[in-house]
Amino acid sequence: MNYALFAVLVSVAILTPVARAQSADPNLGRNLAAACANCHGTNGSALQGMPVLAGQQKTYLAQQMQDFKAGRRPATIMHQIAKGYSDEQIEALAAYFSAQKAR
Amino acid sequence: MSRISRRRFLKASGAAAATSLLSACATEPAGPQKPIGRVVVIGGGYGGATAAKYLRMWGGGAIEVFLIERNAEFISCPGSNLVLGGTRSMADITRGYSRLREYGVQVLRDEATAVNPERKRVSLRRIEDLSYDRLIISPAVDLMYEQIEGYDAEAQKSVLTAWKAGPETIALRQRLEAMRDGGVYVLAIPRAPYRCPPGPYERACQVAHYFKQAKPRSKVLILDANEDIVSKPALFKAAWNDLYKGLIEYRGNSEVKAVDARASLIRTDFDAVKGDVLNVLPPMRAADIARNAGLLAANTRWCGVDWLSMESTVHKNIHVLGDATLSAPAMPKSGHMANNHGKIAAAAIIELMNGREPNPQPVIANTCYSFVSDKEVIHVASVHRYDVAQKTLTVVPGASGVSAARSELEGGYGWAWTQNIWADMLG
Repeated sequence: MNYALFAVLVSVAILTPVARAQSADPNLGRNLAAACANCHGTNGSALQGMPVLAGQQKTYLAQQMQDFKAGRRPATIMHQIAKGYSDEQIEALAAYFSAQKAR
Repeated sequence: MSRISRRRFLKASGAAAATSLLSACATEPAGPQKPIGRVVVIGGGYGGATAAKYLRMWGGGAIEVFLIERNAEFISCPGSNLVLGGTRSMADITRGYSRLREYGVQVLRDEATAVNPERKRVSLRRIEDLSYDRLIISPAVDLMYEQIEGYDAEAQKSVLTAWKAGPETIALRQRLEAMRDGGVYVLAIPRAPYRCPPGPYERACQVAHYFKQAKPRSKVLILDANEDIVSKPALFKAAWNDLYKGLIEYRGNSEVKAVDARASLIRTDFDAVKGDVLNVLPPMRAADIARNAGLLAANTRWCGVDWLSMESTVHKNIHVLGDATLSAPAMPKSGHMANNHGKIAAAAIIELMNGREPNPQPVIANTCYSFVSDKEVIHVASVHRYDVAQKTLTVVPGASGVSAARSELEGGYGWAWTQNIWADMLG
C-alpha cells in the first residue's frame, strides 16, 4: 500500500464517525420544521394568510431564508427569525419542506 | 389492570387507532406497530394538545395517547382580548377536539385530581385511575388571589380576571358594555413573570378601542406592579399616544395590595383607586395539579424541566409544558412557546421509548402578535436553541426583535397565526 492511499484510508476512518454523527439524526429536518408549523401549518401546509412551505423547491426555500437572514429580502418578522438558523439548519429545513405534500 | 388484560387493551386501542388514522390522512405513517407504551397528557391547551397530536403523528401510531381535558371545547386566550374589544366573538376563538381523535388521540373529558409519580398513575374525577409509562402535564397557571387582601370568593364575583378565556371573558365584556360613558375601567397587572407578557397591554388597547367608539368619555387606568411596560414598551406607548390619547392612563410601580369589591376600590401602597369595572390580575404560579404532584423547583412557583426533553427535574417520567415551567432565559410564558414545548416533549418521548437519546440540539421560536386596534398589530419574536454549557435554551444572538411599527399587514398575519396554530395543535 502506498503512503497516499494509506493516508486517505486513515483520514476516512477518522472523519467518517464525525460525519456520521452530524448526519445521523434522521429527524433533524422534521424537528426543526416543527417550530415553523405554528405559523406555516403542520409540515408547512399553511392555512389562508400564511405562505405555504410544503412542496416548494428546496433551492427556493433555502434562498429565501438566506435572503431574509442577510436582509436582502424585506420582511415584517422573518429577517429576525431567519438569523436563528445556521446554513446547515436552513438546508435541512428546505429539504424537509420540499419533500412534503401541500394539503 | 393485569398484564394480560392490559396487553389486550393496548391491542384493541391500537386497532381503533389504525382505523381512525386511515380516515385522517393518507400521508400519515402506515398503521401502528405493536404499542411501545402509554402517554397520558393532562391539559388540552397549546402545550398538551400539541404534544398529544405530535406523539401520534410522529410515533407511527406506536404510542397510546390519552388526553385529559376538563372543558368540552378549546377556548383560546390569544384572541380573547378581541372579544373584549368587540371585534371577535367567542365562536371565533373556540375550537373542538374531534380532529385529534382522527390522529388516534383518546380524548377524555375529565379532570385529573392527583398524580402518583411512584406508582405512575393519574387519578381522575369521573373514571378510574389511568396508569402511564410517561406523563405530560400542561397545566397552565393558577391565580394567587390570596396574595391580594380582600380578593376572596365573594369579591371574585364582581372583580374579574378573564385571564383564562371562557365565561369570565363574556362576563367582562358584559361589564364593559353595561358601564356608563365617563366610567373608569381599571386593569391591574402583577409582577412578571406571569402568563402572556404583552397580554395586559393588548387588553388595554382593545378596551380603549371599544371606549373610543362607544363611550368616548370613559377611561382605561392601568396599575402595573412592574416598573415599566413588560413587553414591546415603545410600540405600545406609540399606539396609546397615537390612537387613544386621553383614553389610557398608565401608572408603573403600582402593585395592588387590596381590593374592596363592595366599594369598587383598589389599594396600592400609595393610592386608593375607584373604578367602575375592576379587572385585577393576581400573581400566578404553576397550577395545583403540578404543585400537588411535587413538581415545583426549589423556592419557586414554577416547574423545573430538562429543556432537551421537558422532563421534570424533580420526578422522572413526568414532562411539564407551557406557562407552568420555570422559564428559560428570555422565554415568555406564551401559547406559541407551549406549542413548541409540546413538540420537544413528543420528539424526546418517542426517542426515549425506543431506547434512544433525545435530540441534543433543539431549536424553537416564539412569536407574540398583539392587536393594538381592531386591525393593527405589533409583534415580538425570538429563536431559542439549546446551550450545552448552560444546559438551557437561550436566545440565538441577533435572532430576536419587534415590529418596526404597527401595521395592518401584521394584522393579517396576527389573525392567520391563530388559525394556523389552532390547526397545528388540534389537527
